[in-house]
Amino acid sequence: MDALVILIPVALGLGLLGLGAFLWSLKSGQYDDLDGAAERILFEDDTPSSND
Amino acid sequence: MNNLAPSAPLNADLFVREEDGKAQLDLVVEGMHCAGCMQKIERALGAVPGVDTARCNLSTKRVAVSWDNTKTNGDKIIATLSETGFEAVPFDAKLVGTIDEKESARLLRAMGVAGFATANVMLLSVSVWSGLVSDMEPETRSLFHWLSALITLPAVAYAGQPFFTSAWKALKAKSMNMDVPIALAVLLACSMSLVQTLQNAEHVYFDASISLLFFLLIGRYLDVQTRAKACSVAQNLLALRAVAATLVEDDGTTRAVPVDFLEPGMLIAVAAGQRLPADGIVVSGTSDIDTSLVTGESLPTVVEDGAKVFAGTLNLSGPLRIRVSAKDDASLLSEIVRLMEAAEQGRAGYVRLADRIARVYAPAVHILAAGTVILWLLLGAGWQPSLMNAIAVLIITCPCALGLAVPVVQVVASGRLLNLGIIVKSPDALERLADIDAIVFDKTGTLTLGVPELINKEEIAAADFALGAALARESQHPLSVALTKSAGVVSVPNVSDVTETPGFGLEAMLDGKQLRLGSRRWVDYEGEAAPTGPELWLKVPDNAPTQFRFRDQLRPDAVKTIAQLDRKYDLALLSGDTEQATRQVARKLRITHWDAEKTPAEKITLVKQTHEEGHTVLMVGDGLNDAPALKAAHVSMSPATAADISQTAADFVFQGANLNAVAEAIDTAKRARALVFQNFALAFGYNLIAVPLAVSGYVTPLIAAIAMSASSLTVTLNALRLSLRGRTS
Repeated sequence: MDALVILIPVALGLGLLGLGAFLWSLKSGQYDDLDGAAERILFEDDTPSSND
Repeated sequence: MNNLAPSAPLNADLFVREEDGKAQLDLVVEGMHCAGCMQKIERALGAVPGVDTARCNLSTKRVAVSWDNTKTNGDKIIATLSETGFEAVPFDAKLVGTIDEKESARLLRAMGVAGFATANVMLLSVSVWSGLVSDMEPETRSLFHWLSALITLPAVAYAGQPFFTSAWKALKAKSMNMDVPIALAVLLACSMSLVQTLQNAEHVYFDASISLLFFLLIGRYLDVQTRAKACSVAQNLLALRAVAATLVEDDGTTRAVPVDFLEPGMLIAVAAGQRLPADGIVVSGTSDIDTSLVTGESLPTVVEDGAKVFAGTLNLSGPLRIRVSAKDDASLLSEIVRLMEAAEQGRAGYVRLADRIARVYAPAVHILAAGTVILWLLLGAGWQPSLMNAIAVLIITCPCALGLAVPVVQVVASGRLLNLGIIVKSPDALERLADIDAIVFDKTGTLTLGVPELINKEEIAAADFALGAALARESQHPLSVALTKSAGVVSVPNVSDVTETPGFGLEAMLDGKQLRLGSRRWVDYEGEAAPTGPELWLKVPDNAPTQFRFRDQLRPDAVKTIAQLDRKYDLALLSGDTEQATRQVARKLRITHWDAEKTPAEKITLVKQTHEEGHTVLMVGDGLNDAPALKAAHVSMSPATAADISQTAADFVFQGANLNAVAEAIDTAKRARALVFQNFALAFGYNLIAVPLAVSGYVTPLIAAIAMSASSLTVTLNALRLSLRGRTS
């Protein structure tokens, strides 16, 4: 029972963190172009371009 | 500029919108295919002084650019892309961020929340389930139930909204859709579980209600996403063809303006090869006008000063100045729009398959639940256990698999068609296409390509043919191009001093003799032969003129596709073209039912008549004159070369030269429907096993969860077979 007091909030907290990250990524437009995102990994420059 | 360009160059700055002091523009770049293209585009644009950001979207094939208005402008941006090797077309900002995109973001958020809640509630539920066989203390179980309630209730309130609003709308309209039983089951499962939790009971169904929502949201999101994708492809097609008008100012200067900008009385210039942006009267110039997209007629008409011309027709040979005329209600376009509105109302009654099933399914389930209560009361159980069993029936019969049965198949089918260049535009288009047993075709531009080909090469003396080809290769007129093409690599004499008189023809010298190639007026033809189609005449001094006859070229696989379709469906050909031209095509394709010289209103009447004879009609057409019939038919298709208004009216748009797309779309729709029925059968089969268990009170949350997930998975996997089979065939 004692372990649950710690483990359950931890599990829920991590889950909420994940949900928050998902909602943030959705809001910042990371799901707007799924085909493009798959291709962008092939870009040659190692430094992010100033356009982003 | 190439005088065969489809339209006047669009002035990009008309599409620029201002935001936070930055100019923003969306461009359609159809040539963008890979990472390399994206990088080239972004680099080239980033190097333009003043450009702030340039971001490619590969899914929609668009580029969003924003820049400082004082340093550069839209035309420079497009010119830069053109130098890099990409043709860009400005995209109308009004169309950016359509409803589908907002809807899909909303569903994705709901899906995220439901996914989070499902995972965590399942974690707790699995502990409880394993606790049942071991020895979990009732206090711990109760704590887990309370935690589940804490996670589930807010999540359901948020993620269930798409279903609740849709169900509420249906109930308010006194109709029934699949969302009604879904919403009811979710709400009942939640409230019953809350009561159970308060009473420290053993079974709660929070996990079932939230995972149900999660599964259904996945299906619904994919459905909307596929539609949004098809929608953006369709928008790009229209943007690529957008017509700008070349306005002639009082001082004689010209500038490009959007078509909406035109007012009656304005003077516009239309070069040879361009489409007319508005109705009007010819002020100066002589030319041939191709009206096939408007009337279906394949023979060009000659226009001179004072002639009335219509928007959407193609100016073939000479530059024209046109005075825009007032939009009067008697114009062809307003007649078409009126007919379309009338035709639309006839089709509003279509009920989608899933909703038709819901109309039977929902009452059946509710009667079953009521029966369960009565049965248990008669057996002497108390009120509460009887109610609990009834609610268990409703939960177990919640149409999770039924809710997925249609959308997953739709997603796979539309995706497959999109790969073949066929865009599914309306959500119920595939279902309606599966119903058809008759097809009505338009002729010009639908069965044919709208590109002329020479048909009497054998009748022409070789020497005359070579002379004709020699002159023709000097011109860009569609008929000259067709003649040059049919000549192939024949060696032709070298002619000199070639001049082209727009609207008439070509003139050249060979060995001191004057040669002419052009219209019958151009060669002073005085014979009897009436024109049967597009024609050119060659005049060599001292000889009678030679006629070159042309015909609209059939789509390359038209004969094969029509023969294939003819085996299964009743085919008919309805054309606005002359009887002779229509008969030729009908005979060649072996279509026995055909009718020529039909007005748009007559086309509607004929389509409706076919409906009344008990047929379900697919209309395939491209012209402005087909648009009302496209709306009146049960389902409709149009090629991507069709008039804008027809493309908007059609349920499917197909790209490319092959007519095979029509057969392919019908085939996919029929197979999709077979899969939907299989899915319904699977879902019912699972209910057949689960319902007796629920009625007799043996359903535990564990059984509910397993049954629901299993049936949803089976249905989804079954739908995927559509794409597997497509790949092997």
